[in-house]
Amino acid sequence: MAILLFSGVAFRRLHLTLREIFFSGVLSLLIIVVSGLFVGLVLGLQGYETLQRFGSTEALGVLVALSLTRELGPVVAALLFASRAGSSVTAEIGLMKATEQLKAMDMMAVNPIARVVAPRFWGGVIAMPLLAALFSAMGVLGGWLIGVVLIGVDDGAFWSQMQAAVDFRYDVLNGVIKSVVFGVAVSLIAVFEGYDSVPTAEGVSRAITRTVVTSALAILALDFVLTSFMFRGTS
Amino acid sequence: MNRTLLDLWVGVFVAIGIGALLFLSLKVGNLSTAHLSESYVLTAKFDNIGGLKVRGPVKSAGVVVGRIDDIRFDSQTYEAVVTLKIDQRYRFPKDTFGAIYTSGLLGEQYVGLEPGGDEKMLNPGDAVLKTQSAVVLEKMISQFLFNKAAEKQEAQ
Repeated sequence: MAILLFSGVAFRRLHLTLREIFFSGVLSLLIIVVSGLFVGLVLGLQGYETLQRFGSTEALGVLVALSLTRELGPVVAALLFASRAGSSVTAEIGLMKATEQLKAMDMMAVNPIARVVAPRFWGGVIAMPLLAALFSAMGVLGGWLIGVVLIGVDDGAFWSQMQAAVDFRYDVLNGVIKSVVFGVAVSLIAVFEGYDSVPTAEGVSRAITRTVVTSALAILALDFVLTSFMFRGTS
Repeated sequence: MNRTLLDLWVGVFVAIGIGALLFLSLKVGNLSTAHLSESYVLTAKFDNIGGLKVRGPVKSAGVVVGRIDDIRFDSQTYEAVVTLKIDQRYRFPKDTFGAIYTSGLLGEQYVGLEPGGDEKMLNPGDAVLKTQSAVVLEKMISQFLFNKAAEKQEAQ
């Protein structure tokens, strides 16, 4: 709540938030791009292997694109984001607390929630959907690379079947909504655990562990809830 | 790290992210042609629509010419009223025949339009009068069994 209350500061002093987007977003680029590519490659191989039995290898594009935009993109990107950026946010805030920097700020009449916590929260919330979209895009490229370039599935059928099956509102937009929700959840957990940590070396390390574990569980549980609302099978 | 470089990187990052989103929506989701820009509405009444779904395709000669916009139940005639959104480019004769087919053995169901020979064209809002319902497997099997039983009785 307090984060929302003081988030005005995060946008008024935009460079603070920009700095956090840099740390949690730009520095996560490499891991997201590389793992997205590899997930796409694996999906391409496994999907081809199975689809081959039914003689419908052209549906490979559909399989790769749907599984990435609906599920794997947001979920895996959020898991990576939680362990890459969430943990470092917790460590930073926890160490600030352990070395009493937060108390010092309070003494100087600088609100630590507005100065430290809110920018990190919003940085994560903004970076997460972009990373998830990048992950999905790289995955589709990876699937294309394996399917079309390496195995030799027909290029036109790959894209056209994908375009016929993937709906913008139903699939892509729901994936984006998921990634926004995950971004909020992961960032909230990370800043809370950091701010709430016991100010000792041990306490900070525990807080980091809790961030990763709780984020992972929250992501998977939220994913189930969101999926059951968004994709009910019928309609 | 100085601030200009940092801002630059954030800008690049946001640009890449939005680029990925555009790629997903245009190339993968095919936003550009998914929504029929210019379309008109036809209705068709079916006795039974089987597993037909809203947003399903409307095909003629195998080409997607529109989407299913709405499915309602008419309590006056006890029929299903299916609203079809057809691309403005395609017009069909007045005696067009509408039927519900299944693509492949287990695929999705779609509305197939088979144009007749009438010189007058269907106007927007018109109804496709001649329709054929979806094939319901249970009905087919029971019909087959009844026929078999009838044959047996005749033979005796």
